[in-house]
Amino acid sequence: MIRAHVLCCGGTGCTSSGSPKIQDAFVSEIEKNGLTDEIKVVQTGCFGLCALGPVVIIYPDGTFYSNVTVEDVSEIVSEHLLKGRIVERLVYNDTGAAEENAEEAHASLNDTIFYKSQHRLALRNCGVINPENIDEYIAMDGYAALGKVLTEMTPDEVIQTILDSGLRGRGGAGFPTGMKWKFASGNRGNVQKYVCCNADEGDPGAFMDRSILEGDPHALIEAMAIAGYAIGANQGYVYVRAEYPIAVKRLQIAIDQAKEYGLLGKNIFGTDFEFDLGIRLGAGAFVCGEETALMTSIEGKRGEPRPRPPFPAVKGLFDRPTVLNNVETYANIPQIILKGADWFNSIGTEKSKGTKVFALGGKIKNTGLVEVPMGTTLRHIIEEIGGGIPNGKKFKAAQTGGPSGGCIPAHLIDTPIDYDNLLEIGSMMGSGGLIVMDEDNCMVDIARFFLDFTVDESCGKCTPCRVGTKRLLEILDKIISGNGELEDLDRMEELANYIKSASLCGLGQTAPNPVLSTLRYFREEYIAHIVDKKCPAGVCKSLLSFTIDADKCIGCGMCAKNCPASAISRTDYIAPGHKLASFTIDSAKCVKCGACMPTCKFKAISKG
Amino acid sequence: MKSLAELAAIREKMKDKIVLREGGANTRIVVGMATCGIAAGARPVLNAFVEGVDKEGLNGQVIVSQTGCIGICQYEPVVEVMEPGKEKVTYVKMTAEKAEKVLKEHIKGGKVVQEYTIANAKNA
Repeated sequence: MIRAHVLCCGGTGCTSSGSPKIQDAFVSEIEKNGLTDEIKVVQTGCFGLCALGPVVIIYPDGTFYSNVTVEDVSEIVSEHLLKGRIVERLVYNDTGAAEENAEEAHASLNDTIFYKSQHRLALRNCGVINPENIDEYIAMDGYAALGKVLTEMTPDEVIQTILDSGLRGRGGAGFPTGMKWKFASGNRGNVQKYVCCNADEGDPGAFMDRSILEGDPHALIEAMAIAGYAIGANQGYVYVRAEYPIAVKRLQIAIDQAKEYGLLGKNIFGTDFEFDLGIRLGAGAFVCGEETALMTSIEGKRGEPRPRPPFPAVKGLFDRPTVLNNVETYANIPQIILKGADWFNSIGTEKSKGTKVFALGGKIKNTGLVEVPMGTTLRHIIEEIGGGIPNGKKFKAAQTGGPSGGCIPAHLIDTPIDYDNLLEIGSMMGSGGLIVMDEDNCMVDIARFFLDFTVDESCGKCTPCRVGTKRLLEILDKIISGNGELEDLDRMEELANYIKSASLCGLGQTAPNPVLSTLRYFREEYIAHIVDKKCPAGVCKSLLSFTIDADKCIGCGMCAKNCPASAISRTDYIAPGHKLASFTIDSAKCVKCGACMPTCKFKAISKG
Repeated sequence: MKSLAELAAIREKMKDKIVLREGGANTRIVVGMATCGIAAGARPVLNAFVEGVDKEGLNGQVIVSQTGCIGICQYEPVVEVMEPGKEKVTYVKMTAEKAEKVLKEHIKGGKVVQEYTIANAKNA
């Protein structure tokens, strides 16, 4: 009889920090202690707290061990599993409880601030079940929603439920999912239709779709079959990038298991409904996350977008009516069917229902995945769940929506986050990447980073995007190198608006957003680069100069020794009270690496 | 999968195996498993509770857990039962047979088995 479960995270983050070895160590240590019949070791998907990986959770207590190493395993087994003593030094205990309550504070994973403040719907099974075992998914009410729609509901009732729930697409623009399904639902049974899933997650920093595929792949399969029933399609495709090997492997295992159980294939649940699912691998082009380009790629052609209309619901994959949703969107579907539209409707804000998963990255303590109700403020996500900004730095801005989004400045930190509020302040939900920036980030440099990405990823089919983004990048480079003029700002705005209005697809239409939003909220930083020829955050190297205060320099020469460019040399000047001549930096030779600064114990070197 | 009944059968079979991870259980049975406890025979007691909980169909309602030494080594194996809103009950000098009785009468029946409690042991 099993009395405890050891859950080892098998997400990409923890896998790269060595979780498979830890899992093996648990199995062998447990065997060594003769506990094999009592303790079960389970590989799960991502728990979300990737910054502290590899993570291990032991149930029934829910003890949360972080930064576990192979060497720690024998101690956990002999102390915790054998003797019942929690290995306190490895416990993640950021519960906000007072020190004297530490005994109780570290009791359970669910008590930590990171998890307590979350509302996990799309991620509900991630880190709880073994994604490679269909029985565990079924135990968590898996495939019950598919059973319900096939035996109790008409396809139109399914669509009405999704419409009533208010679910909107989680991949970017936030189009109502039920509407998409409705548009594709006509003429059921008479035409070939398709259900597709966009798992091409291309925004730098976003990885919620990968986590769902890795942690709960059956939820996606179940939801796509439900969509197939609703619109009258018998074939589905999941378009996932080849850079996600673990996700692809687990999804394939899940599809095979579902086929074996007859949950995919013919006569599902004894009805005449049939549905099959295939995986199509993408080569990692950002533009293939755009729906028309994605479908063109599935067809085996070069991934380029085409004009809409016709929309995919009318003429999609292989010119047939197609529904295309994102992974996170699908992950919500089974629970909406089981618990009802009203239940989902009650979570979130007026026009944005349910929850949203955010991938926290950048200058934040708890890097990882968090799921919160729509309408949660940025402050709550960053300061409470995210644990705040490390090293006592000040919050400057948050970037949402990846290369298509924009920056939210510090004075808007109390904005409740939903689709419409983000659009209003010049950003967008996007897939939910949330990059936190502190005072050391230069906003001009951030805009340049994202624009550089879109210039690389532009497919080149339409001129406004191909040439426009390139010209925009050139102006930014000019400003960053200290050659900007004030007129450049107006020029950029004008060009950005042309690109937005004239580009063929979403990539070009949103590419100027990082520039426009930083211009809107951080114009003074642009002006500092142009007029004062200074980078206030000290990031843009061409505008930086390092100088030595000759009166503070004692002439020890540590800086000169550590300078990789040999740009520091001794002068003839001996400051009053010093014995040796001071040093100076030749700005023509200086590569602005900053290596000299930490070597000076007398703080004689300054950056500006 | 030919019917909903088939799905329900798998769900029921698996439910007990996974319910451990839901953390929704209210009652905790904690067995002292430090050196003193193990030496006095805590392991068969722990196993008896784990198996008993399953046999009595209490999975998901009751957690069987371990703890270290609570300082009354002469009374080991010690078992504590914690139910929400009730005072903690400490059973001492437990055996597998006693565990079965505690499960039936206390956990299921709601009546503390006075003769095994520490209060009784001290008075004797």
